[in-house]
This record gives sequence, C-alpha cells and structure tokens, in this order.
Amino acid sequence: MTRKQRRLYFVVLGMLALGAATALVLTAMNDTLVYFYTPSDLTKRHVSVERRLRIGGLVEQGSVARHGDEVRFVVTDLQATLPVVYRGVLPDLFREGQGVVTEGKLDQQGLFHASEVLAKHDENYMPKEVADALKKSGQWQEEGKKQ
Amino acid sequence: MLGLSTPSGFIKVSKLVSPWLWTACVLLIGAGLYFALFVSPADYQQGQTVRIMYIHVPSAWLGMFGYSVMALASAAGLVWKNPLADLVAKASAPIGASFTFLCLATGSLWGKPMWGTWWAWDARLTSMLILLFLYFGYIALQNAFDDPGRGARAAAILALAGFVNVPVIKFSVDWWKTLHQPASLMKMSGPALHPSMLTPLLLMVSGFTCFFVAVLIVRVRTEILAAKIRALRLSEIHAAQGSGVAG
Repeated sequence: MTRKQRRLYFVVLGMLALGAATALVLTAMNDTLVYFYTPSDLTKRHVSVERRLRIGGLVEQGSVARHGDEVRFVVTDLQATLPVVYRGVLPDLFREGQGVVTEGKLDQQGLFHASEVLAKHDENYMPKEVADALKKSGQWQEEGKKQ
Repeated sequence: MLGLSTPSGFIKVSKLVSPWLWTACVLLIGAGLYFALFVSPADYQQGQTVRIMYIHVPSAWLGMFGYSVMALASAAGLVWKNPLADLVAKASAPIGASFTFLCLATGSLWGKPMWGTWWAWDARLTSMLILLFLYFGYIALQNAFDDPGRGARAAAILALAGFVNVPVIKFSVDWWKTLHQPASLMKMSGPALHPSMLTPLLLMVSGFTCFFVAVLIVRVRTEILAAKIRALRLSEIHAAQGSGVAG
C-alpha cells in the first residue's frame, strides 16, 4: 500500500466514523432539537406546568376570538387540540387554518398562556390568482391535510 | 485532466473559461433580476416579500456549495499533497462565508414580517449559523501558522470535520420540526413553486453559481501568483546569503 493510498483510506474512514458519531449524537438529542411540540406530543409526555415550551400546529378554523387586546385560539395537529390565550401583536400571516408556533406556559386547567406567537409559512409559493383558481375548482388542499 | 491539477495548467485553462463565465454570469443574473423584480407575481400569502427568496435561496445554495468545494479540495490536498487543491480550498472559504452571511441576513429580513421574528433557534437557522462559524474558524486557523503548508493541513482537517454539518443543514427541516419551511425546490414530488416564480429562481441560482466559479478562479490565480512571488523572494534571499558567504 502506497502512502497516498494509506492517506486516502485514513480520510475516508475518518469521515465515516465522524458521520456515524454525528448521527448517533443527533438521534440521541432528537427530543431537544425540535423547535416545538405538537398538541398530541403533550398528551403523550408529561409536561410540568412551570416549564416554558413551544407548541406548533394549525390555528383551528373558527376558533379565533378577540376581546380587546386579548386573543384566544385553538392550536390543532388534527389529532389533539390545545386552547391558547395571548396578549400582543400577531404576525401578518396569522390566520385560521395557517401554521403557527407559540411560546409560553401551560396552566393547571390546560390553557396555554402564550408570550410569543410566530406564524409558520409552508413551502408552497404561488400567485394569488392561482390560489383562488385552485380554491374555486375544489383542488385546494388545506395545510396539514397534505401530510 | 487537461493538466488542470498543476498551477500552470490551471492558469491556461482559466484564461479560456473566465470570459465565458463572466458573460454567462451577467446575462443570467440580469435576466434573473428582471424576471424576479418585474415579471414574477406577488405571492398569495407573502405578497411582495416573496422576492427576497430570489437572493436568499441562491445564497444558501452557494454557502453550502462553497463549503463542499472547500472540503473536497481539502481532502485532495491532504491525500495527494496537491498544492493547487490547497489553494482552491483557501480561495473558496471567503466567498462561501460571504454567501452564508447573505443567506442569514436576507432570511432575517424575511423572517421579521412573515414569522414575526428576526431569528429563531430552530435546527435550520442554527446549523446555518454553525456553517458561518466553521468558515470563520477555517480562515483563522489557516492564517495562524507561519508556514502556509502547515496552515493548509490544519485547516483542511477542520474543513473535513465540519463537512458533517452540510447534510445536517439540508435535511434539518425534514428530520426535526423547525420554524423554517421544508424545501420547495429540491422536493421529491417536484418543486412546490409556481412556474412564474420557478423561472427567476433557477436563473438566479445558475447566475450566482457562475459568479462563484468566476470569482473562485480570480482568487486561485491571485494565490498562485502570490506563491510565485514568495518563492522568488526566498530564492533571492538565498542567493544573497550564498554570495555573502563566498565573498
């Protein structure tokens, strides 16, 4: 085996070992690498009341209610739901049926007190006319139902 | 391969290729900007803000492409001790770092009006920030040695170790729940972009890539000339010392 070949094997083996190690670490840390939990994650795991956490999902159709500067809405992942209350400015993209990520704390009654609400955008890009035409022809798929 | 693996061969080939690359770059980015700013429509949800994507996506691509070029050239430099490979890796780093920064900056400008925040510590944004830091580390390490050969070798090992981050960036949106949306362009079921938006995006991606290669060539040629000057200076010093001893 020439020295060049030895160096080549060394680099290839090193990269493989490093890749495997990274994969193991990332798999082990899977739970902490997610940016948010879904409402059905909450039913599966025990969440302490005092911990700050982020909940993501869709704003349920017809659930948004405003009283002054207080907004109440329901976050759903189409399996479980979570009621949220929030005071403050909502992002422009916030609307019913749209993805949302909210940060805050759960109280004893299971109501989520949000201190921040972020809109989540999906990967679809199209002009308004195309979106309208799709809705008209009944080919429109609501977010969440595609998955 | 065309004598490309030697510095003199590289200069010869690059003189042929460079004018064509710059022409393609100007034409593609010119057409891309025209389509992106005037022809393509506003998005049904994002409105005019969607146009940031035509800079953001090509920048993200070049940030990762530049790192891949750097890692590949570093591996070639380590294994075959090819001096040109070390120069290509060195030349690629600042270009890739600039585009990574551009990607983060434009993403932040888009995030404020769309998400409601400039920054979020989700897997995609964080891994892209790590890429920028890897570039900084690479550039710093390379310049930390008096002997350019040793600097290149140390930096090459860092470049290879950091390469594991590139697939993590790409697949972060599929592996974990992130605030950042999943890929629109490189999607199994075909692009999730309307053709009127796909055209300017593809023009910009190809134009940016031509720009990257063209600038890379300029930088590598400069590095070759700088190495030649260094070698000439050293031989002059040796000659002066030699005659001094003889006299």
